[in-house]
Amino acid sequence: MKLKVNGKEFSASPPPGECLRMFLRDLGWFSVKKGCDAGDCGACTVWVDNKPVHSCLYPAFRADGREVTTLEGLASEGKLHPMQQAFLDAQAFQCGYCTAGMIMTGAALSDEQKKDLPHALKGNLCRCTGYGSIRDAFDGKTNVEIDDAGKSSGASVHNPFAEAIVTGHAHYTTDVPLPEGTLHLKVLRSPHAHAKIVSIDRTKAMAVPGVVAVYTWEDVPRRPYTTAIHEDNRVDPDDTYLLDNVARFVGQRIVAVVAETEGAAEEGCRKVEVEYEILQPVFDPEEAMVPGAPVLHERGIDSHILHPERNIFLELHGEVGNIAEGFAEADAIYEGDYDAPRQQHVHLETMQSLAWRSDDGRLHVRTSSQGPFIVKGRLCYLFGIMPADLHVFTERVGGGFGGKQDMMSEDLSLFATMKTGRPVKWEFTREEQFIGATTRHPMKIHVKLGAKIDGTLTAIQYRIVSNTGAYGNHGGETLANGMSGPWAIYKCPNKKGDGYAVYTNLQCGGGFRGYGTTQPTFAMESALDELADLLKIDPIEMRRKNVVGAADKMEAIWEESSDLTMGSYGLDQCLDAIEKALASGRGLRKPEGDDWLEGSGMAISMLDCVPPTEQRSGSEVSLLEDGSYHFTVGSVEIGNGLVTAQQQVVAQIMNCPTSRVSFINSDTDKTPYDSGTFASVGMMVPTKAVENAARALHEKIVSYAAKSTKTKPEDCRIEDTFVVHGRRRTPLTELRAAAEKEGENLAAFRKAYGSPRTVAFMAYGVRLAVHRITGEIQVLFSAEAVDTGTVMNPNQLRGQCIGGVVQGIGYALQEKMVYNDSGGVINAQLRNYRIPAFADAPVTEIFFADTYDSIGPLGAKSIAENTINPVAPAIGNALKAATGVRFTALPFTEDRIFAKLQEIEKSPAPV
Amino acid sequence: MNLNTVKDLKRPKSADEIRQWRDGYAWLAGGTWLFSEQQVHVDTLIDLHTLKWPALTAGKDGLEIAATCRIAELYDFKPPKEWRSGPVIGECCRSFLSSFKIWNEATVGGNLCMSLPASPMVSLVVALEGILTLWPRDGAPREVLATNFVTGNHQNVLAPGELLRSIRLPAEALSKNFAFRRSSLTHLGRSAVLLIGTRAPAGDVILTVTAATAHPVQLRFKGSPSEAELRDAIDSAVPDSLWFDDVHGSPAHRRHLTYHFGEEIRKELEA
Ligand SMILES: Cc1cc2nc3c(=O)[nH]c(=O)nc-3n(C[C@@H](O)[C@@H](O)[C@H](O)COP(=O)(O)OP(=O)(O)OC[C@H]3O[C@@H](n4cnc5c(N)ncnc54)[C@H](O)[C@@H]3O)c2cc1C
Ligand code: FES
Ligand code: FES
Repeated sequence: MKLKVNGKEFSASPPPGECLRMFLRDLGWFSVKKGCDAGDCGACTVWVDNKPVHSCLYPAFRADGREVTTLEGLASEGKLHPMQQAFLDAQAFQCGYCTAGMIMTGAALSDEQKKDLPHALKGNLCRCTGYGSIRDAFDGKTNVEIDDAGKSSGASVHNPFAEAIVTGHAHYTTDVPLPEGTLHLKVLRSPHAHAKIVSIDRTKAMAVPGVVAVYTWEDVPRRPYTTAIHEDNRVDPDDTYLLDNVARFVGQRIVAVVAETEGAAEEGCRKVEVEYEILQPVFDPEEAMVPGAPVLHERGIDSHILHPERNIFLELHGEVGNIAEGFAEADAIYEGDYDAPRQQHVHLETMQSLAWRSDDGRLHVRTSSQGPFIVKGRLCYLFGIMPADLHVFTERVGGGFGGKQDMMSEDLSLFATMKTGRPVKWEFTREEQFIGATTRHPMKIHVKLGAKIDGTLTAIQYRIVSNTGAYGNHGGETLANGMSGPWAIYKCPNKKGDGYAVYTNLQCGGGFRGYGTTQPTFAMESALDELADLLKIDPIEMRRKNVVGAADKMEAIWEESSDLTMGSYGLDQCLDAIEKALASGRGLRKPEGDDWLEGSGMAISMLDCVPPTEQRSGSEVSLLEDGSYHFTVGSVEIGNGLVTAQQQVVAQIMNCPTSRVSFINSDTDKTPYDSGTFASVGMMVPTKAVENAARALHEKIVSYAAKSTKTKPEDCRIEDTFVVHGRRRTPLTELRAAAEKEGENLAAFRKAYGSPRTVAFMAYGVRLAVHRITGEIQVLFSAEAVDTGTVMNPNQLRGQCIGGVVQGIGYALQEKMVYNDSGGVINAQLRNYRIPAFADAPVTEIFFADTYDSIGPLGAKSIAENTINPVAPAIGNALKAATGVRFTALPFTEDRIFAKLQEIEKSPAPV
Repeated sequence: MNLNTVKDLKRPKSADEIRQWRDGYAWLAGGTWLFSEQQVHVDTLIDLHTLKWPALTAGKDGLEIAATCRIAELYDFKPPKEWRSGPVIGECCRSFLSSFKIWNEATVGGNLCMSLPASPMVSLVVALEGILTLWPRDGAPREVLATNFVTGNHQNVLAPGELLRSIRLPAEALSKNFAFRRSSLTHLGRSAVLLIGTRAPAGDVILTVTAATAHPVQLRFKGSPSEAELRDAIDSAVPDSLWFDDVHGSPAHRRHLTYHFGEEIRKELEA
């Protein structure tokens, strides 16, 4: 067939079952993304004869004689299409993985369609932005600001990848021409929740044309490890093997097949014959802890599992004060059970990696990981590779949210490369993300609170049972985290907590924005409203009375001293801002009709800006020959805007615009070590390293200038492209040339550690309407107040917040993973696991507290994780206010709440 | 996604070219469902585009819709004013979870043949009393009433290889008044219930229940029913096992909404 792509003629004969998406990518048009490969996300949108279609559903052969336009072909004669320009001006992206599809859809909309964006954008999902900046792009708003020398901190400077993102030239993990001879890897996953492998027959699989190798547990190194990415690998149990002879959940990888094509690898997987001996599974963590329950992990491997015989990976207990006395003193006591379920990350780019061996014998892994350095260390350990022989790196990563804080694809890709000597690519399908990757840990939380008549808390007690699934990766750290922040935000002399991270035969939990605090925050913030209700105290007042103040000690249930420090305090401002916002009456009006009830609610949250485990990073900043700056840093850009912030820090210190600051990040060959980009550390550790190095370089330049001009350093300063001393101005280029001649290296390297750690606060308020009969919920007003220290880049920060809020709305109102009786996920498609679409995302107002942090870089501190925490409880509190009914199990979908609403009187409830 | 098991493609000019049907064949309409999942049992696609059936023919007797008519074409169709139920067409198109981009390819026939509870084209043709023309591979074309076409979730009366050729919506049904209600767990999401009531002025009420039940249920009343009559009719027509259970809604909620919206429709058509 013949077709035109972006004006160029091609002739080809695609296989009859090939979709246009893959066909175009094979031709090198990498803007055509895969978010689902099933028609749900729109990331693959292209035009065929000027009509937008989802290219993953479009049979390639039908493009015969047609003209196809991808994002790469949208600009004409070097001029951006107005929709590209609008996305650029609004910076309507974070990771940018959805952007190609958004622009190709947006650019095809009629004026009529643009008036109804919820409908027009039904087929385009974005997991990062919460659609706030996307709405801005359609409204023609400009969110970027001019970036003047020395004024970049606090300015909404543009993302350095912005042009590449809106033109389709930003390269994500597998957006590169595949090396010659690349093999494709696919895995066969267990259909059973618990089973022993009796035998595996690979004969038929090997006979499939194109299949090169089939690997089973017998072929791989039998070294226990954890997939979790942490600097300190002892915080996670070594309970996993590359491939195992026991299946512990439906979806566990059993056999890996590598083949010349994806199709052959898939066929190979279907042809492998595995004989299983079915074992009794256990799905409920309470049942799993009862003696006699099926045991998932035998003792034997030194895996630091606390009670393998009762499936308890870790137990945590603590008490401060005396809980019994606390309750005895209380005038009111509330007790309740809360159920905070799973949530899948749905980063739009699935996990993927590409491994190969270069001619010099070194091994390389290009990955979508959030922690390439730890991945490298883990791979070296697993395969006995010398660190110098392995190179792991990322380019752009299409979202993470903690999902890519587990090593889940790199190990097998590299293993297969080492075995076959050929490049190997493995890309998770969307379905595999749902069945074989991690999720937020489901937690059941029992809370008991006591308070005096005036609202003063006297006792806080909780019991958390976290279902870590078949493997314990992140199970302990999320539990420890969940037993801290949500409870330490309140002063109370008596606190007691018990926590259990329990193995079951379900897929494993992992790191997910909030990292174990989102679930208990839901419980505590709901319970506190209930207690306030018992005492007839306004919920905001109740919080004011009990929250930690700037001078208070932050303590959950452990009395040990900690490096957690109040580097700044803005919770009071957050509470005030949300109180005012809710009182303003802004937002949508309640729909007509007396069946609609209305209510407001709010909740708060505190985040430790760095996890208590080790976290370190380093950066080198140098002055280049042309007088511009360059920095290296090991952190990953996953759509968090980190490199923008880092550029801003350098520019601010060097008194230049960000356009004169270039960088390279996240590459074990080219950048200093970094523990990984998760746990909101981005600002606090790697960016701190960048700040430290920039300050050191600044000092170096100034003292060199002083020395060479015989002036005092205090009389010298850097002004954009010059060093100014007295009335003289020396161009930096000149200075740099002189330094080079003298053998002076104008570069500085510094490290940063995640200690001491500061805290960030957040409050979220919501007003909603709920239909008494159907159970339908409409969010009428949504506002978040954040205490993040210096606001380095307001636009980016707003984006992070709205993205977190909308992810929280998804968690509260719609996202639900459903399992069948055998432990298999039944809704492993975006069509059936509904993350918020444009139509589900309310306009959200964001307020920034005015604080300056004494620990973070240039006074800034972390934010990204905390944004999600208060959303679900605030919605629960608003529902309670509207209906008088407390809902304790997420998500609050219509079909799960309507039954309890039927008893409510028609008369509008007090707001 | 790539359908890697598909090895062959047929592009017939006439359906008669495909006389012998065998397992592994699949008619390819818009492909928007076929290409959205692995189809490991399919090895040959048979393109329906090359048959070039005219999409829509509107006449005095009603509207003839080719199975290959794209949703976008149907959505753009402007029904004459006399067809008071004409707007149901647009409402049903908008009831897809999928976006307008998918409407550019997905076909009316493809959606009917999927026969999902949430298939809005099923809601449309059942509510508007459509008649379907089917072309078996051997034997003469046959007609079935839309109400009898879908027999369960993803099940219908088509024999292997049997082709859905077209749908006729009679002018009489199109001329009735209508009331439309739809609900889903997320905004503009997949239908949990989709109810359509029709009534000729002072005539009989027909209530079509879809999405809530595994297959469509049509209730016909002499004139307008009372609230109690309506509820009884729903209860006797829909046994407990027929309320559909999936991630887009629970059976209890679907029944509850059917009562609620059924009553709203009853009142609306009474006026
Ligand atoms: C994002 C997305 C959202 C969706 N939302 C919905 C939804 O809300 N409701 C819903 O019902 N469906 C939904 N679907 C599924 C599906 O019903 C639609 O994709 C569409 O209606 C299928 O039409 P098509 O023409 O593309 O069919 P195809 O994919 O080409 O075919 C579908 C099936 O019907 C058969 N077939 C097609 N035409 C004929 C014919 N004339 N005679 C006999 N057999 C035929 C095919 O062999 C195949 O088995 C959705 C799909 C996607 C990708
Ligand atoms: S990749 Fe095509 S719609 Fe998601
Ligand atoms: S920016 Fe939309 S998915 Fe990341």
